[in-house]
Amino acid sequence: MSRYPDLCLNPKECVCQEMGTVDPSIFWALLFKGAFYGMKKREVGEKYCLSGHPTLPCNVLKFKSTTIMLDCGLDMNSTLNFLPLPLVQSPRLSNLPGWSLKDGNAFLDKELKECSGHVFVDSVPEFCLPETELIDLSTVDVILISNYHCMMALPYITEHTGFTGTVYATEPSVQIGRLLMEELVNFIERVPKAQSASLWKNKDIQRLLPSPLKDAVEVSTWRRCYTMQEVNSALSKIQLVGYSQKIELFGAVQVTPLSSGYALGSSNWIIQSHYEKVSYVSGSSLLTTHPQPMDQASLKNSDVLILTGLTQIPTANPDSMVGEFCSNLALTVRNGGNVLVPCYPSGVIYDLLECLYQYIDSAGLSSIPFYFISPVANSSLEFSQIFAEWLCHNKQTKVYLPEPPFPHAELIQTNKLKHYPSIHGDFSNDFRQPCVVFTGHPSLRFGDVVHFMELWGKSSLNTVIFTEPDFSYLEALAPYQPLAMKCIYCPIDTRLNFIQVSKLLKEVQPLHVVCPEQYTQPPPAQSHRIDLMIDCQPPAMSYRRAEVLALPFKRRYEKIEIMPELADSLVPMEIKPGVSLATVSAVLHTKDNKHILQPPPRPAQPTGGKKRKRASDDIPDCKVLKPLLSGSIPVEQFVQTLEKHGFSDIKVEDTAKGHIVLLQEAETLIQIEEDSTHIICDNDEMLRVRLRDLVLKFLQKF
Amino acid sequence: MDPECSRLLPALCAVLADPRQPVADDTCLEKLLDWFTAVTEAGSSLLLLQENPCLVELLFHVLKSQDLSSRILSFSLRLAGIFAAQEDCFQYLQQGELLPMLFGEVGPLGGAAWTAPAVRSGWIQGLRTLAQHPSALHFLAACGAVDTIFSLQGDPSLFVASAAGQLLVHILDLVMRGPAEGRRSPQACDWPACAQKIVGHIEDSLCSTDIPQVTQALSVLTTAFGHCHGLWTQGLWVRLSPLVARLLEKDPVPASHSLVDLLLSVARSAPSSDRDLWETLAQTLSHLSPTQAGPLALGILKLQDCFIHRLPKDRRDSWSSPAQSRAGFILRTCSAAFCHLPSGLTLWILGHPVPQVLRTQAFGILLQPLACVLEAAAQAPGPPGLLEGAAADSMMVDTLLSSKSACVGLLCCALAHLGLLQPLPQRPSPWPQAPLLGAAVTILRLCSGSAAPTSDVGGRLCAILVGCGRVQRAALDFLGALSQGTGPQELVTQVFSVLLEYLVSPESSSMVLKKAFQATLRWLLSSPKTPGCCDLDPHTQLFLRELLPVLQKRLCSPCWEVRDSVLEFLTQMTRHCGGQAGFRQALLASEVPELTKQLLRDPESYVRASAVTATGQLSSWGLCATPAIPECPGAQQESLLVELLHILSTDSEGFPRRAVMQVFTEWLRDGHADVAEDAERFVAGVLQAASRDLDWEVRAQGLELALVFLEQLLGQRGSHCPYAVALPETAPPGVLDQALQVLCRVQLFEFAFRALFDCDRPVAQKSCDLLLFLRAKAAPCGSSQEAGDSPNVASVEATLQRWQAGEQGQPLGYLEPGAVVALLRSIDLEGLRDTLAESSDHVEKSPQSLLQDMLAAVGVLGENEADCY
Repeated sequence: MSRYPDLCLNPKECVCQEMGTVDPSIFWALLFKGAFYGMKKREVGEKYCLSGHPTLPCNVLKFKSTTIMLDCGLDMNSTLNFLPLPLVQSPRLSNLPGWSLKDGNAFLDKELKECSGHVFVDSVPEFCLPETELIDLSTVDVILISNYHCMMALPYITEHTGFTGTVYATEPSVQIGRLLMEELVNFIERVPKAQSASLWKNKDIQRLLPSPLKDAVEVSTWRRCYTMQEVNSALSKIQLVGYSQKIELFGAVQVTPLSSGYALGSSNWIIQSHYEKVSYVSGSSLLTTHPQPMDQASLKNSDVLILTGLTQIPTANPDSMVGEFCSNLALTVRNGGNVLVPCYPSGVIYDLLECLYQYIDSAGLSSIPFYFISPVANSSLEFSQIFAEWLCHNKQTKVYLPEPPFPHAELIQTNKLKHYPSIHGDFSNDFRQPCVVFTGHPSLRFGDVVHFMELWGKSSLNTVIFTEPDFSYLEALAPYQPLAMKCIYCPIDTRLNFIQVSKLLKEVQPLHVVCPEQYTQPPPAQSHRIDLMIDCQPPAMSYRRAEVLALPFKRRYEKIEIMPELADSLVPMEIKPGVSLATVSAVLHTKDNKHILQPPPRPAQPTGGKKRKRASDDIPDCKVLKPLLSGSIPVEQFVQTLEKHGFSDIKVEDTAKGHIVLLQEAETLIQIEEDSTHIICDNDEMLRVRLRDLVLKFLQKF
Repeated sequence: MDPECSRLLPALCAVLADPRQPVADDTCLEKLLDWFTAVTEAGSSLLLLQENPCLVELLFHVLKSQDLSSRILSFSLRLAGIFAAQEDCFQYLQQGELLPMLFGEVGPLGGAAWTAPAVRSGWIQGLRTLAQHPSALHFLAACGAVDTIFSLQGDPSLFVASAAGQLLVHILDLVMRGPAEGRRSPQACDWPACAQKIVGHIEDSLCSTDIPQVTQALSVLTTAFGHCHGLWTQGLWVRLSPLVARLLEKDPVPASHSLVDLLLSVARSAPSSDRDLWETLAQTLSHLSPTQAGPLALGILKLQDCFIHRLPKDRRDSWSSPAQSRAGFILRTCSAAFCHLPSGLTLWILGHPVPQVLRTQAFGILLQPLACVLEAAAQAPGPPGLLEGAAADSMMVDTLLSSKSACVGLLCCALAHLGLLQPLPQRPSPWPQAPLLGAAVTILRLCSGSAAPTSDVGGRLCAILVGCGRVQRAALDFLGALSQGTGPQELVTQVFSVLLEYLVSPESSSMVLKKAFQATLRWLLSSPKTPGCCDLDPHTQLFLRELLPVLQKRLCSPCWEVRDSVLEFLTQMTRHCGGQAGFRQALLASEVPELTKQLLRDPESYVRASAVTATGQLSSWGLCATPAIPECPGAQQESLLVELLHILSTDSEGFPRRAVMQVFTEWLRDGHADVAEDAERFVAGVLQAASRDLDWEVRAQGLELALVFLEQLLGQRGSHCPYAVALPETAPPGVLDQALQVLCRVQLFEFAFRALFDCDRPVAQKSCDLLLFLRAKAAPCGSSQEAGDSPNVASVEATLQRWQAGEQGQPLGYLEPGAVVALLRSIDLEGLRDTLAESSDHVEKSPQSLLQDMLAAVGVLGENEADCY
């Protein structure tokens, strides 16, 4: 049946759909069910999981011969194993006793210090990088960034793996991501620490250490913080994108960022080919905070939905936590105490300041100063006011009034909120107590927060209120024990909770859901809470760090374009209403993941010369073929026709696949099945041809 | 009818009959109907029509007119019904064939006007009023009204449909309640044709497959058993109960809500010995789904409370059951109310002998959802269910787990039903207090996510219930209700622990928190006192110590509802426990008093009002914020007084000012130290501020405070019981003089006299009462001429007259005690009191004024119309 060795044209598996009216100038689309000769049939998508942290994901998706990295989050929990970096010399920290093994061996006492029963590494903090061994990262074609929290490992990837591709991110993600990186680098570089601990990382030694150091994973891969130069270089590889912008990757795949509602410029991504669609949902929110609302509609009809970045505290409602935050803040300040809020310089802090703006007057806190201390405080507050197009509708409207979208502008204007790059300089002149200080880093291991912990930790009047959910507050506080100040945990995580996910999945109805394994079972501490897991049908496929997952869709269709002149030559025949068939003889041309059917080269005219090469030597055999047949034979009518043509004594038997028409006199058998018809008669070619012609009357030819 | 009205009536009828005249609003028409009802009740309708032929003319005219509004048509139908309610008048109207034309098929029934619901409603109401005598029944039968009423039962207008059902019951009652009632047997064969027809229709409806039709029949029967008390209802039940029972065989049971209503209505009216009824109730309980069976179960368990029997005296000695003893107690307490009963009969309240098996079954149904929860959440196999027969069954489990709404609905209903049952004397005994407490605590823990059930059902229940505010509120209400009983200490500890969990949790919504505070208060107030000591028991003490930090935090909540709830809780807690050392100690060691005081400046007026009440209460018990200056203990208290006075005179909202007045009244009544120090100055200041207040409640409360002050000076008022006989107690002359001097100095009279002519009637009434009390104390008798002629009194009287006329600008000036006494005697306070007691429209409320108003309205509109041209 096939005319060309590279094209399978089984009429049963070939459907030709007319796209619009029959106009030769229009390209026709052919949908081929099945595979191509010479092309290896394989799964369309594979996913490599490089990070075990569900809210700081780093995944690589191989999709349609494209390698796409989805986010590159940096897990900073490793820093909790290190001693804080004090901005001002801290006698308490520097006098901590060294740790020695049970047998008294003290060779680690320079590297490890003991504080209130916990052991800490006395060195520059190090970070746990995404997996670099699972896949050759130099083969990554593009990196898609979903929000500024999920790009903190970017310099490690772009600068040290041979990466040559492009990074796609929205402008606010890049700008605020830059601020976060800048702050991180600043926090660490401004407190230089000569000592670098590495002995404890030896596997034989690590085994002997107390928890949690003993249980820390892949310590050998932990790395120091990158430099500002590396940050700049990494960020230079980013190409800015806007919501709903369609980006073509090598002709095979199209990627589109969508608003995810979580942070300024935060995105979900659609990765699709002509017939497959993968949605990547990372860090999304349905709450009405400052960013543009989440675009849910575009996620519909996905074959696979990769779901990451759900709330880390599913049991805490952000509204309740904000209420709790305000209550505790007011209570402390009214009693003459100070409040310390360890935070990132962007994100939830905007919402907190907005809540406080509404609350302070009613709570009688108008005279209390609010300080925001960060090397990037000024930039952060200003950036937030200029990204109008990325804000929610209410805030966008303000811009046209014109008013600043965030009320912190007014707090600054009225001197209720003051911001400083560091505790050094102007801050020490303006500082008065009681006050509220917002400063980083939430891990309490570096940044100005370390100073305030040392300063205020001894008084029970003061309170530290944790609002960032990324770190265990008890572990963060461990090197400050014993601590007299009150500690309040009000984690504010606006990302999707499981109820919202359940509604979202019902709404967008993906065929398959892929998510980190943490989401497929209740949290270990609350194993009865089956409401705190993803509940969908079919059950979600889970993955864990360093795992490769075959995405559950198979390549079924490929789009092929037909050249106009070839399309012009086709004569479709309608075999039933709305379905037309035509035979095609063409050459399939494949380049850059695009397939085009071109007219076959014209066969050389036979001249009759004996020396001329046979046409079939260099081009496929193009001889005119018998017409193709389609349709079915209605047995009763067929029998009537036979009778009309003089056949008598006809018997019909039903079989499993069809019918057998027995012409007893002629000793002939006609076997009619769904896909074949056989005429069996003994050496009576005339009869066979007669019968064949009668059969053919019931079939269509083209 | 008075002549003036008779004179106006023809004009009014002409207006009503004229379609070009805009009719006065519906209220006027309703008032007119009320008036005609009163007139016909007082005298003969026939005479009325004969004396006022315009009325019949109106009715005839209405029939002829094609373009009359549906309101006038409806009005006319109802008016005709009022007249025809008297048999002789009915006959009179029949002679003119008016009634068939109004209510028969030739009337509006067949016309276009029938599409208006008002007309259909008027038709029904007219017939309802008309159907009072045998002639009316014949008329109904003759004009085929009953069939129309049947069809109106399914009317799209719910009002019409409901009225049609009620009319059917009324007709049935009228037919059956005839002179032959006593002789009628419960057998239905000798019932009149009309009754047979109605009952036949009900029977057909009950057999129908159309559920709305079944519902109509059931609701008609419910009304019949609820409102008709003739013996015939027993016969009706005998005839229809098999059909009702047949409904139970269907799956699902049709119109289950209406069925439950009917069965309860029958149970309330049927004789207690009706075994078939109990059998039907038992069957219904087992056939209905758990959600549908709950209201029926509750109704059965409450039956005892509402059943009244007439029994001969000799039954008195045969009482033995506790329920009967309780009834006897109620009877003894209320004996005075029964003295008017005819001799030979005593009204007994007797325990309804609902079979115990049925009660147990009903109680089991209410308990089952909770039993299910308890079993699902049990860590280990525990004791059997809440009650025998109440063990969780698989159907209940299926219902609970079928969907969130089913689970929430079922649990909320069960909790609400049990909460209603808990305080009733006839609640099931033994009352499973401990398992119920356990269930309430478990539900609350499932809702908060703190329960850790190990079973699969428990896990799924937890997933459904977690964070569900509706169940939380219902469970907290129920837990509060259970505080009236006792429970094992271990469970009580769990109760306090779960309450604290809710009070602490940031996830508790403001409504849940409010409920949690209410339940906590009830449990704290019902907690046992340490034997031999009036202080709180150690457990409560411990709980309080944990509670106070929570209160501190909640007082700073950004949500004003939360701050308000805390303040209300604190006020109640202090009111009841302010004298207990443990409470005082814990409270004073906390920041709560100081934070409460800070909320006097809260931006939300409700919170300020609650803060005023709370600080007032705290101050009464000496628990207000610690004095700022240790060497001057009174300083802080005084500043509170000043602060409250400041709120009274400056706060822009009424609530805080009212709260201040209440606090001040309470302080004065209880002899608060700071008030007692210089009560005269205090009262003078408060009255001065209150007199200027724009809020009448503040002024009324000012009078309350003035009354308390008076009582303190002159002695208590007499008994409040209006039937108690008490002689007026006059104050001794020396005391009186002194008191009057004081009252004059604080300018109480100026305040009271001004209030006497207040534009708000409650204030004037209160002032009148106050002055009457004062007069009884100060000048019970004697000549009004004693000081009445003095120039001072004359000028005051002149001022008062001006005040009465609305010119209140002029002050009264300083009054001498003598002049006051004279004034009290000269003012007709009793007359004023009677005038004030009349409703505000008493002057205008007369039929003449109604008729004039209606005519005037038309006239005025007519003038406008003329102006337009």
